Amino acid sequence: MSQSPLDAPSPALNPDWEKLEEKPEFRALLVRKRQFIVPSLVFFMLFYLALPILVGYWPDLMKTKVWGEVNIAYVFALSQFLMAWIMAYLYVRVAAKWDKSAAAIIQGHE
Amino acid sequence: MLCSSLLFSSQLPILSVSMASNAPLIMFLAFVGLTLLITFWAAKKNTGASAYFAAGRSITGWQNGLAVAGDYMSAASFLGISGMICFSGYDGFMYSVGFLVAYITVLLVVAEPLRNAGKYTMADLLAYRLKPRPVRALASLSTLTVSTFYMIAQMVGAGVIIQRLIGLPFAPAVVGVGVLMLVYVVFGGMLATTWVQIIKALLLIAGALLLSFLVLQFHEFSFTKFFNAVAHADYGGTAEPKNLMEPGLKFGVAAAGPWGPLDLISLCLGLVLGTAGLPHILVRFYTVPDAKTARSSVVWAMAIIGAFYIMTTFFGFGAATILEKAKILTADGKPDTNMVAPILAQHLGGELFFAFISAVAFATILAVVAGLTMSASASFAHDFYSNVIHHGKENRPGMEIRVARITAFCVGAVSIGIAIYLGPSVNAAFLVGLAFAVAASANLPVIVLSVFWKRFNTSGAVAGLAVGLISSIVLIMLSPNGVFGKAGAIFPLENPGIVSIPIGFLAAWLGTILTARDPAAEAKFAELRVRAHTGLGSEKATSH
Repeated sequence: MSQSPLDAPSPALNPDWEKLEEKPEFRALLVRKRQFIVPSLVFFMLFYLALPILVGYWPDLMKTKVWGEVNIAYVFALSQFLMAWIMAYLYVRVAAKWDKSAAAIIQGHE
Repeated sequence: MLCSSLLFSSQLPILSVSMASNAPLIMFLAFVGLTLLITFWAAKKNTGASAYFAAGRSITGWQNGLAVAGDYMSAASFLGISGMICFSGYDGFMYSVGFLVAYITVLLVVAEPLRNAGKYTMADLLAYRLKPRPVRALASLSTLTVSTFYMIAQMVGAGVIIQRLIGLPFAPAVVGVGVLMLVYVVFGGMLATTWVQIIKALLLIAGALLLSFLVLQFHEFSFTKFFNAVAHADYGGTAEPKNLMEPGLKFGVAAAGPWGPLDLISLCLGLVLGTAGLPHILVRFYTVPDAKTARSSVVWAMAIIGAFYIMTTFFGFGAATILEKAKILTADGKPDTNMVAPILAQHLGGELFFAFISAVAFATILAVVAGLTMSASASFAHDFYSNVIHHGKENRPGMEIRVARITAFCVGAVSIGIAIYLGPSVNAAFLVGLAFAVAASANLPVIVLSVFWKRFNTSGAVAGLAVGLISSIVLIMLSPNGVFGKAGAIFPLENPGIVSIPIGFLAAWLGTILTARDPAAEAKFAELRVRAHTGLGSEKATSH
């Protein structure tokens, strides 16, 4: 139980951070993370910002009805929820693999 | 009303009347009583700073997911958005979409590094390799600013609810909420705050489900009928039918002038990037044992929050198909945008359901206010008092918690004052949208750059925080809602994000490259990087 918030960081061994950071396995982990996260973020921002841009500047197109009174604008808005959930699912799946690599990299230091 | 009159009307007419009129008060008191019990229980478990500020890092994934949802779905979401959709249709629904998808940024970029590298506040991450004093001082200022903005919206919501519910005038109602929230935070700390948020999230989902069910029942459980009615929304036959499914009623060129569409894009940018910079959401990730649990709590939160915002379709649009205009206008004929959901509940489910929904709305506000106060006071005590004034050395044990309690008191008093000054008519979702823009402009750039850019230095962080904060606030002041009013506005957009977020990033970048390299900060980058991506050396759970 820590009594003061100002005491030293957790009593982990003081690892050689530089050495860990230069490990090929750690570098490989970073590359794999980047290869997933960067394209995902770019896709997500484009997909999301397309909504206000289309709704704002091409309202007539977005008012096209697709099912009864339901129009493209509403369907596109709903698809954002689906996109967010699917992306979260994919992220959690791939992140579980990263956890294993991370655990292997720091093994012996904890 | 229906249920109580069925039960009592034959034998006990007097009781029936008093039950109905006191029902809101009884439900409200039941919630307050329950949460006070939790606070009392939590107070006994609060031994030490980690317990007080981070609930001993013992919260599980689904619990924290519910608490994040409870911390996030505020008066803005429930009261503000339903009012916005009821009057502006589709354009109001844009808030619902933005509030959810924003969690992608939280999940992919900030939650895990933050949990791994920090301790109690957002600034811990920044101070990890930069000079702690200037960085913490500014991060603390930005935390207090964002939290106060956010809190004012909650206070306004609470004021109108209590006013309607118990008949208390606006000002005393706001003061009452302030006092209650102080009790939670001052005595219960993060543990009590967490449980208040969890209970509130469950209540809010239950309330939203019931309300959506009643709206669909009104339309005979036919989506075709429902969407038909929304496309010819006539406010119970009291207005010209208008098509609320169509975009443009709030931000369209016809409604808002040539700047409208850009204002919508600006709002969306602020929403989607702001969540990852909201201090009261970020500190929630310190309450779990590790980064993996932080990740699963974001996913839980996304499931709950998403379901809730989809339901705003039913009680937001639904209100416009059912409620008569006269019921949802204020005394002087303006749209009463914060009271649509409770009035809809009253119309469809009677007095008891109105009481329930009002109690839920109130619980919502209390939980968010507790979370805001908690993060603001933790930041002031931990970042400013301990690390800036006392150079990171605590002169007496327990002092940090005491300072946090005093700060909670001051933050509460300031927000109460401003909320009373602004009065009951400002829309809560709009106010919160501004808080998001400030968070996205000031906090997000420095969080991202400190984790991902080796060259980033203290001057860059100071510039990013200060310029992001100042530019977003100045733009709000110059906007049509600002000091010069609609006619004299110098900045044409109501939402500053599209300008102030790039300015925040630019300032952080320029501040770095125009000043000398900081070898100490760059040397520590390896440490931060390993720690952020592997969790080595991160703060461990202290109590279970």
